[in-house]
Amino acid sequence: MAINREASPRVGNWTRFRETARPARKNLHLFLIPVAIAGFWALWEGIIALNEFPAFLLPSPRLVALSWVENWNSGILPRHLGISLFEVGVGFSVSLFVAALLGYLLAQSPLLEKIVSPYLIALQAVPLVALGPFIIIWIGAGIWQNALVAALIAFFPMLVNTLVGIRGIRAEYRELMRSYSANRWQVFIHLEIPAALPVFFGGVRVGMTLSVVGVTVVELLWGDRGLGFLLNFARGALNTPLVFATVATLAAMALSLYGLVVLVERFLIHHRRNEQ
Amino acid sequence: MIEPQIQLSAVSKTYGHGERQVAALKNISLTIQRGEFLALIGPSGCGKTTLLKIIADLLPPSAGRVGIGARSPAEARRARETALVFQAPTLMEWRDIAHNITLPLEISGAARAERAERARELLEMIRLNNFANHYPHELSAGMQQQVAIARALSYRPQILLMDEPFGALDELTRERLGDALLEIWARAKVTIVFVTHSIGEAVWLADRVAVFSPRPGRITRIVEIDLPRPRIAAARASTRYAERVNEVRRALKLNGQSEVN
Ligand SMILES: Nc1ncnc2c1ncn2[C@@H]1O[C@H](COP(=O)(O)OP(=O)(O)OP(=O)(O)O)[C@@H](O)[C@H]1O
Ligand SMILES: [Mg+2]
Repeated sequence: MAINREASPRVGNWTRFRETARPARKNLHLFLIPVAIAGFWALWEGIIALNEFPAFLLPSPRLVALSWVENWNSGILPRHLGISLFEVGVGFSVSLFVAALLGYLLAQSPLLEKIVSPYLIALQAVPLVALGPFIIIWIGAGIWQNALVAALIAFFPMLVNTLVGIRGIRAEYRELMRSYSANRWQVFIHLEIPAALPVFFGGVRVGMTLSVVGVTVVELLWGDRGLGFLLNFARGALNTPLVFATVATLAAMALSLYGLVVLVERFLIHHRRNEQ
Repeated sequence: MIEPQIQLSAVSKTYGHGERQVAALKNISLTIQRGEFLALIGPSGCGKTTLLKIIADLLPPSAGRVGIGARSPAEARRARETALVFQAPTLMEWRDIAHNITLPLEISGAARAERAERARELLEMIRLNNFANHYPHELSAGMQQQVAIARALSYRPQILLMDEPFGALDELTRERLGDALLEIWARAKVTIVFVTHSIGEAVWLADRVAVFSPRPGRITRIVEIDLPRPRIAAARASTRYAERVNEVRRALKLNGQSEVN
């Protein structure tokens, strides 16, 4: 098979090229983040310098930063952040577990899936935040109720993606596993989990984003604690610098949680299939 | 030393029920010898894949008997006597090449050292030693298919069932992999059942070519290929090769292949 000897240097070089090309691109994009932030900051300062807005309309970045430091040191921001994080954490985790389990079970039965999946897909289109009021009416407001909203809103994308991920495994792979006389557990470990993981994580990313949105919205509307509540409170007190500081904290929380999902995903899926 | 390895007697397969019933195979009787290279050729939809799946115990036959030596297909599968190669490489994209090759061994519970040793041997055999730690997407289609063949051989099966393994490859790669397969076959002493749509490939590789009728598939003709082994490139230009190719082509034409699909 001379073909491989001939082919290998070419493919080898190509691979090396990709390996060196990747970190360079990564660096570039890391470099762009601070540039973008600095640019945004400068633009903001510039607008203020030119127009003299009152602080309750548009505070300067310096004022927002001061407010953030002050409220962080006084423990107000950490306390509300902790509550929101708790709600998202509990709601999202429970949701993830139940969605993965149920999605996997549904995938085992084509009949059940056929019956249930039209509803699942239709439910995707419903803004589940709208269920918030019902939860408040039926079981009242509170940390656990907010966690429940986070769980509900994150649930369907994760369920559907689990289902799609498992169902999408081509029959030939299952036949192969059968030809090796693999047992159910081995099929699960060596085929189903790794094959479904990329699609599953697509759902997890969406689920994480949505559960932060869900928690923020219910806190805004009915909360007496949490970053959503603090936002509403600061707005009512015309404390616009605190509004901005809270939004920044929320954004940082959302980005960190999303980043966490991406990190776990990178750790679990290291074969890098979809890179150009 | 002629010894039957696969015995099919009056094997039929019908898919579905009632109105949607499809007769895929009808009354297949065939004995495949140990160490033989048998090619199956026939129009699309005539049940070639179905027959391989029945031998591999992925499907039960609707009627008839299948014997793998003294065993049933299920027993043979559990004893790891049969192995499959599909048209698509069907590699696990999350495993590197070495670990793709040893997946069957991992499932059968072989020790780590043994698996590593076997991976080295097989990578050597397909001359992809440098790619042990590469992932499937980093290999060409032809290389991936060789990995699939190595994987199928990892547990030393006696029978290799190949379903159009080179069907998706270009002509040149196809010929090279065919020659490589003959080398492997001679060395590993396996029995090969090889489905193909290429008459030339069937004649070039096989000891016998079984020609199928359109659905429901029956074997209408078995062409003995009397080309000397090892098959040297010059034989491709020989008149005997051309004669056998024509013989298979005539047998397919008689079946009215052109009217099907
Ligand atoms: N799972 C199935 N359910 C119902 N019918 C099937 C199934 N698999 C195959 N068939 C039918 O059985 C017949 C034979 O199929 P098979 O895949 O064995 O053909 P083939 O000879 O391998 O064709 P090709 O050369 O195109 O691969 C086809 O006509 C097909 O319609
Ligand atoms: Mg087929």
